[in-house]
Amino acid sequence: MFAFVIRRIIQSVLVMLAVAMIAFAMFRFVGDPVNSMLPENASTQERGELRAQLGLDAPVTVQFTRFVTGAAQGKFGISYRNKRPVSDLIAERLPATLELVFSAAIFALAVGVPMGVYTALHRRGFISNLLQIISLIGISVPTFVTGILLILVFSVWLNWLPSFGRGEVEQLGWWSTGFLTVSGLKSLILPAIMLGLFQVTLIMRLVRAEMLEVLRSDYVRFARARGLVNRAVNYGHALRNTLMPVITIVGLQLGSMIAFAIITETVFQWPGMGLLFIQAVSFADIPVMSAYLVLVSLFFVAINMIVDLLYFVVDPRLSVNNKASG
Amino acid sequence: MKNFLTTFGMMKKTLAAFALFLILATPVSAKTLRMSEGGDIAAMDPHSMTESFTIGFLNHVYEGLVKYTDELVVEPALATSWEFVEPTRIRFHLRKGVKFHNGNPFTADDVVASLLRASDDSSPVKSNIPGMASVKKIDDFTVELILSGTDPIVMNYLTNIYIMDNEWMVEHNALLPADIRKGKENFAVANSNGTGPFMLESRQPDARTVLVVNPDWWDTPKHNLTRIEFNPIASDATRIAALLSGELDFITPAPLQDINRINAANGVSVIEAPALRTIMLGMNFGEALHNSNVTDKNPLRDLRVRQALNTAINMDLIHEKVMRGKSRNSALLVAPAVPGYSAKADVRVKSDATLAKQLLAEAGYPDGFEVGFDCPNDRYVNDEEICQAITAMWARIGVKAQLTAQTKSKHFTKTLAGESDIFMVGWATLPMLDSYSVLSALLHTRGDRMGAWNPGGYSNLKIDELTDKVAVELDPDKRTAMMTEALTIARDDVAMIPLHQQPLAWGIRDGVHLKVSSDNKPRLWYVTID
Repeated sequence: MFAFVIRRIIQSVLVMLAVAMIAFAMFRFVGDPVNSMLPENASTQERGELRAQLGLDAPVTVQFTRFVTGAAQGKFGISYRNKRPVSDLIAERLPATLELVFSAAIFALAVGVPMGVYTALHRRGFISNLLQIISLIGISVPTFVTGILLILVFSVWLNWLPSFGRGEVEQLGWWSTGFLTVSGLKSLILPAIMLGLFQVTLIMRLVRAEMLEVLRSDYVRFARARGLVNRAVNYGHALRNTLMPVITIVGLQLGSMIAFAIITETVFQWPGMGLLFIQAVSFADIPVMSAYLVLVSLFFVAINMIVDLLYFVVDPRLSVNNKASG
Repeated sequence: MKNFLTTFGMMKKTLAAFALFLILATPVSAKTLRMSEGGDIAAMDPHSMTESFTIGFLNHVYEGLVKYTDELVVEPALATSWEFVEPTRIRFHLRKGVKFHNGNPFTADDVVASLLRASDDSSPVKSNIPGMASVKKIDDFTVELILSGTDPIVMNYLTNIYIMDNEWMVEHNALLPADIRKGKENFAVANSNGTGPFMLESRQPDARTVLVVNPDWWDTPKHNLTRIEFNPIASDATRIAALLSGELDFITPAPLQDINRINAANGVSVIEAPALRTIMLGMNFGEALHNSNVTDKNPLRDLRVRQALNTAINMDLIHEKVMRGKSRNSALLVAPAVPGYSAKADVRVKSDATLAKQLLAEAGYPDGFEVGFDCPNDRYVNDEEICQAITAMWARIGVKAQLTAQTKSKHFTKTLAGESDIFMVGWATLPMLDSYSVLSALLHTRGDRMGAWNPGGYSNLKIDELTDKVAVELDPDKRTAMMTEALTIARDDVAMIPLHQQPLAWGIRDGVHLKVSSDNKPRLWYVTID
């Protein structure tokens, strides 16, 4: 077990180094940050000086080594655009993104699981077919279109919910939360729906397929033979077994939701990490871009590792095999 | 759900009644202006960035010795008067009784420390005050600014150099501007202490910056605001939706394609003005083109070819179709509000494809030629669409332009490296608001201080000579005449192809009274709300 963890950690570090390397190779194509930092009437000489002082004239390999050495010490430099330490900026934005992703995941589970169960139990019902069709729309309409439509309906026409921002936030230490104020909660609704819509469809289809599978299994057939009521069989036995793969997938999807939050955050001006990243790209703000990419790869790697470890805990066969082979 | 909605509706009614009660009960009611722009201000440090929206917004918190009115005329601010002791020595008499937001009195020490800060070698804004040699305190309310040479537009520059509190800077170790090269944070980036009509209450980058009125401001306020909430919103659609839904009072910019929609909606409208920014095409004057079938020489060095390209462009069509009638076509490289502009010289050649073809034939290219064409797609109003239209117009005379439209940071990197054949660039002449800006940056032969935006390598001795004279001429009439002359030479030589001044459009809620400034900097100390 211990050897396994060590092995995974070494692999993770290699993955992150690779991500950072690819990111640095790409930065040469995002444009020259010096142009956005100096006034239009700055002279050619001033531009050259600034470029040299920032180390932008050094070869990519040198810049990369500098970045990795800094990152290893927790130093990500100062943002070209905001003039503030990148680590502070990310710490400030992280709560916004995590709260959004958390709410979207809860929304996706709360809506997706019941819909999946319903469509599995009433396979040929009219409502089931309707839900299936709606879920197709959810999976095929681009998310920014859904976002704009939500704003149009709920903000412009009905005037119920705010169209941008996070509302009032409360500070709990360094963590800023929108969960404690009315305006914060209202601001959360539309972005969470936009981000969670795709996941709703995914979870619904997954639950439906798994549920149909489990309902056909001997385990459920014997439960029915025992004379248990439908409710106990469906929810106590079938659904429980269905949820195992669902939890795995949702866990993995969390990573991609953090990444996909970029679009949602841009549409709703949600002050999270995705918005920070998009604006860094248009400014060619290299310190922010590199730190963001490394952080997101860290999330992916960490989630994957936790899922792998959970398999060990959940599935006793894995550790048995390991012992046998080792 | 229904229950919840009814409760919510009732809550809203109660709140509305409560708000009405507040308005009736308090004699001076709170007037909040909620505004939005596409991007956030860069930082609160007034010497950390020269981007014009940041500088314009910070003018509510910080002030310079002088400032622009909403008609773009220089007026006294922290200096009450000034005189030229010598052509290179200006004596400023400072305003007495001014207090910074933290209560510190404003004195000559603050001016000296601020000017030294702005012109420091590490300062990103040092090129906004290029002529300054040194600054000297005479007494507590008199300061002398010594220039390295005569500078006729030094006052225009000074509108952009804001004064900070010396004691506050010393206390917080912020005597030098925020400098990312040092790798550490500067206190002035997130905090502020100015003398302006508004004070910083709170700031969350990219989310919200709140200013409240400064009750001890030295000037009599023309505005009736008590609070300004600035919410940057990057997405155009969201920004407009927020204006339409009543969450905002004022947005900038209002995209051209949405002007009619905003005007058609209840309670909001668009105010427009021609902007200072002139959109133009620069050309490669080097030995050969980068993307062409003509490899032995550069066709663009032939005046007749440049005239042909200019004549082939039908600006009326672009004005009508691409710019929806909101732009102002231009034959000069500056807008009418900029000194050096002359209505007499501002006559565009008539668009004529036959004449253009004839000119090309005379130059030896009867079948045209291929040429690279670079445009940004997120910098100017409808930039990519303009370039597409021009590409089609040139195709009719046989010039096959290979259009590359890309994001601004990439576009300008390529262009400034001198890798473009023909490229789009816009110039507002800010911060100096003077034709000298165009002459020195775009038209002058490239050198260390000159021609920073002349990557095509245009060089005209007559224009260089006039530019150098303009730089030091103190007589405004002579100076303007020389600038007009240089601009006219550039027009006749087709040094660049001027297109138009792009429109400026702001969306506002009814009841908010505000004038569009052609430099695109909202001056909210003139705003009143009913």
